[in-house]
Amino acid sequence: MTTTTTPPTRPAEPIANSLTTGILPKYVPWLLLVTSWVIVGSVFVILMAAGVNENFNVVGAVFFGTALWVIVNYVVSRVYEGPRPAMNRFVTSLVTLAFVIALLPLISLLYTVISNGIPRFDLPFFSESMRNVVGEGGGALHAIVGTLEITGMATLISVPVGLLTAIYLVEYGRGHLARSITFLVDVMTGIPSIVAGLFAFAFFALILNQPGIRFGFGGAVALSVLMIPVVVRSSEEMLKLVPNELREAAYALGVPKWLTIVKVVLPTSIAGITTGVMLAISRVIGETAPLLIIAGFTQSMNYNLFNERMMTLPVFVYTQYANQGTDAQAYLDRAWAGALTLVVIVMALNLVARIVAKVFSPKLGR
Amino acid sequence: MTTAPVKPAAPPRLKAKQRPGDRIFSTATVVAGSLILVTLAAVTIFLIAQSIPAFTAQPDDLKGGAENFWAYVGPLVFGTIWAAFLALLIAVPLAIGIALFISHYAPRRLAQGLGYVIDLLAAVPSVVFGLWGITVLAPFVQPFWSTLVDLFGWFPLFAGPVSGTGRTILTVAIVLAVMILPIITALSREIFLQTPKLHEEAALALGATRWEMIRTAVLPFGRPGIVSASMLGLGRALGETMAVAMVLSPQVLISFALLQSTNPTTIAANIALNFPEAHGVGVNVLIATGLILFVITFAVNFIARAIVNRRKAFSGAN
Repeated sequence: MTTTTTPPTRPAEPIANSLTTGILPKYVPWLLLVTSWVIVGSVFVILMAAGVNENFNVVGAVFFGTALWVIVNYVVSRVYEGPRPAMNRFVTSLVTLAFVIALLPLISLLYTVISNGIPRFDLPFFSESMRNVVGEGGGALHAIVGTLEITGMATLISVPVGLLTAIYLVEYGRGHLARSITFLVDVMTGIPSIVAGLFAFAFFALILNQPGIRFGFGGAVALSVLMIPVVVRSSEEMLKLVPNELREAAYALGVPKWLTIVKVVLPTSIAGITTGVMLAISRVIGETAPLLIIAGFTQSMNYNLFNERMMTLPVFVYTQYANQGTDAQAYLDRAWAGALTLVVIVMALNLVARIVAKVFSPKLGR
Repeated sequence: MTTAPVKPAAPPRLKAKQRPGDRIFSTATVVAGSLILVTLAAVTIFLIAQSIPAFTAQPDDLKGGAENFWAYVGPLVFGTIWAAFLALLIAVPLAIGIALFISHYAPRRLAQGLGYVIDLLAAVPSVVFGLWGITVLAPFVQPFWSTLVDLFGWFPLFAGPVSGTGRTILTVAIVLAVMILPIITALSREIFLQTPKLHEEAALALGATRWEMIRTAVLPFGRPGIVSASMLGLGRALGETMAVAMVLSPQVLISFALLQSTNPTTIAANIALNFPEAHGVGVNVLIATGLILFVITFAVNFIARAIVNRRKAFSGAN
């Protein structure tokens, strides 16, 4: 394929690259996209001039322009390239659009939460409770404390149980028990959060014989029901990644099995397990429904998990929104500030978890 | 080893020394594992125990003047399934598109990062979705809904009168669809990536375009995965509470109309809205509806997991 000999035949004709003949140049789809936007945009401008719409509808212009582009792109490609490449382009544009459409709610949501949450994202919000507050002022300190206590307690329950279960499944489990646990853990990940709340309520109402029971510890139990399966699954995956050679080397040195697990297997996989636990926390910290049912809501500070109602951040957001007082805007601002706090916590947990996974994971030889 | 008919003088089987540490540790793991089974059993038992009084509840204990418990729960079950079904209808095509984009269309370097971005949607708390749905999405879609009713009002699904607030079941379905997108996308993406490379390359070598390669190699391979991912998404949508409770303007009725201001509510939203003020048998009635929700989601998840487990190696929790 070197160019040492020039082809002698028909030297006058320009040499066409057979790989790109019959294929639209790369810039054509982009050109078509801009053209369709301009066309639809000018239609909207004409409509506006004719008095049908009062103002220029940007969303509509982009939406219908993009829809027009999908069709035009297909037709142009079909005429120029043939039906099969046209179909390919059509699907490519649909698939890319699907991704862009999925990004829209995320961007819109983050923008709304930040822009609406900033006005009350101030010091009093983090240093005051809602006790004796009507209208403006007040804060979410009681809710933040409640969230930290309940989520912390749920983590304290879930991590030992989840981790031990994962160890059982990976290191000990054989036969029916292990298989049914694996399966039911998977099924448990799908329990609706409100059912977990109802379970905690039914459980404690019967056991403590208080028909209208509300307390923080019940919320922690409800969150544990949701959190344990997540911890089990992620720790199990991480423990499975530990190479068998490490275990065998420990056994060969006469180390007992339990010490092998504690001193060799767990330290190797601790980064992954930490990541899994943090992601599990970020999943339950925003749960509203179970806490609404079993932990209830209050305006006052309550540090005691085992007595009386306890406010949490998601429930704070919900109640501020649902029970707007006379000065509705003050309640809405607090709700949005609470939402912003929640989103910041969750995003931070996610980010730190990913960093932990990246930085501290053992470098396996693969 | 049974060939020698000699007396059992064979040396005793070598057994590892049983240390107390080993015993304690292995017992602890078994107990923890069994605790999961116990928890699931306890969820069932305590929900049943607390919901027994509901089955004989009198009409004046039930909201909305239903004759008995089953007449009360019927519309709620309908609303739950209807909302989840609509959400699934929106979410599944989108999720498959996104999964294909991440697995087969996006540049390799970007693919993982894009996956994280979609996963961020799963991390947003549902109460925030509720706030967003009611303050941003509902006013945004309301003009579209009234146009739909104007143009297609003759079609039963779009029958008028249109809701003036946009707080209709179709809006709820959109919010739910956004919430279940990440799980369906994550699972479908996993299984699309598992398509044997040789199948894909064979298709391309035969001259298939990228879409033909996906249609002939990737989608047939991933079909069971898509089905079970959709069912897991359905399970999530069935149990989603706060977004529905906040966005929907609820009624207890059976209606297929998508855009009116009277909408069938869901079990979970109904519990969340009524539980704080419930007392007496009312509490038991709500717990009983929760039990029914539990049974429905358990069945859906059970079937989905049974399908997934035929093809191991991926799970929703990782």
